[in-house]
Amino acid sequence: MNRFIMPLVIFALMVGLLGYGLSLDPKKVPSPLIDKAAPAFSLAMLDAPQKQLSTADMMGQVWVLNVWASWCVSCRDEHEVITRLARENLVAVIGLNYKDDPGEAERWLRQFGNPYATSVIDRDGRVGIDWGVYGVPETFVIGADGAIKYKHIGPVTNESLEAEVLPVIRELLS
Amino acid sequence: MRTFCFLLLAGWLLPAQAVIEVYDFDSPEKEADYQLLIDELRCLVCQNQNLKDSDAELAQDLRRETYEMLQEGKSRQEVIDFMVARYGDFVLYRPQFKSSTYLLWLGPFLLLLIVLVLFVRRLRAASSGPAEVDETTLAQARDLLEQRDDKQ
Repeated sequence: MNRFIMPLVIFALMVGLLGYGLSLDPKKVPSPLIDKAAPAFSLAMLDAPQKQLSTADMMGQVWVLNVWASWCVSCRDEHEVITRLARENLVAVIGLNYKDDPGEAERWLRQFGNPYATSVIDRDGRVGIDWGVYGVPETFVIGADGAIKYKHIGPVTNESLEAEVLPVIRELLS
Repeated sequence: MRTFCFLLLAGWLLPAQAVIEVYDFDSPEKEADYQLLIDELRCLVCQNQNLKDSDAELAQDLRRETYEMLQEGKSRQEVIDFMVARYGDFVLYRPQFKSSTYLLWLGPFLLLLIVLVLFVRRLRAASSGPAEVDETTLAQARDLLEQRDDKQ
């Protein structure tokens, strides 16, 4: 009987380890930018291309950067959740229009509604690279000190808005 | 028919050839660095491909970024640091040796060591001479052998 115990224990450990592995999402790569200063940018605004918005302008307030594009299908699903977040009027929600055609982007906003305080144009995706964006949509929460506090990869759902994004924002505001 | 098939195949092959962009380098060393880097950096969109194999938009952008950094005279390590700062260790197919990756690098050797120790101990146990058996057991064994001899 005794000689069965060791293999059984090893088997149970393996099952536990592999089971834990199955519960992880390999598409979610933890960002090394959390608690680091948000990468600086100064980009033209979509609604007023002659004006620029920079990260320095946002210093001293908590804000949200939502990376979106008109070609991004899941941004459409996420759109109503971002609209809900903007209507809470807690923080400024800035859009980063990622690798998009500005004309298409404006049409998209007219069609679905514009939840953003403003959107800035990242035509060639360089700012996206600086922020470690690898899949649209992505959502960042930036603190008043200019550091990235939270990153959500993929569309924000109603559940993740309530459970993760809003609590982070409320804590930063308090 | 044969011409048709050929044209069909050619139509398939041409766009496949057109995807990888051609960059001109100042020196062969830079080109070698570039090839090495896009071979070792992972595409984050299609996670089991490197930048060289991937046709994802992000991979194209990261290849461009790699090319531009090398042309500006940045070293291979600087390009790697740039990528790791943005995407984490996950972009490297060959992760750096540091406290969070010790287990990854040393784990296999640790397992080998454990197996070797167990193996040596078992060998020693097997070769430590005949096991000690008390007289009564020996007598019993002798009796059993004799009984078998009688039957034959």
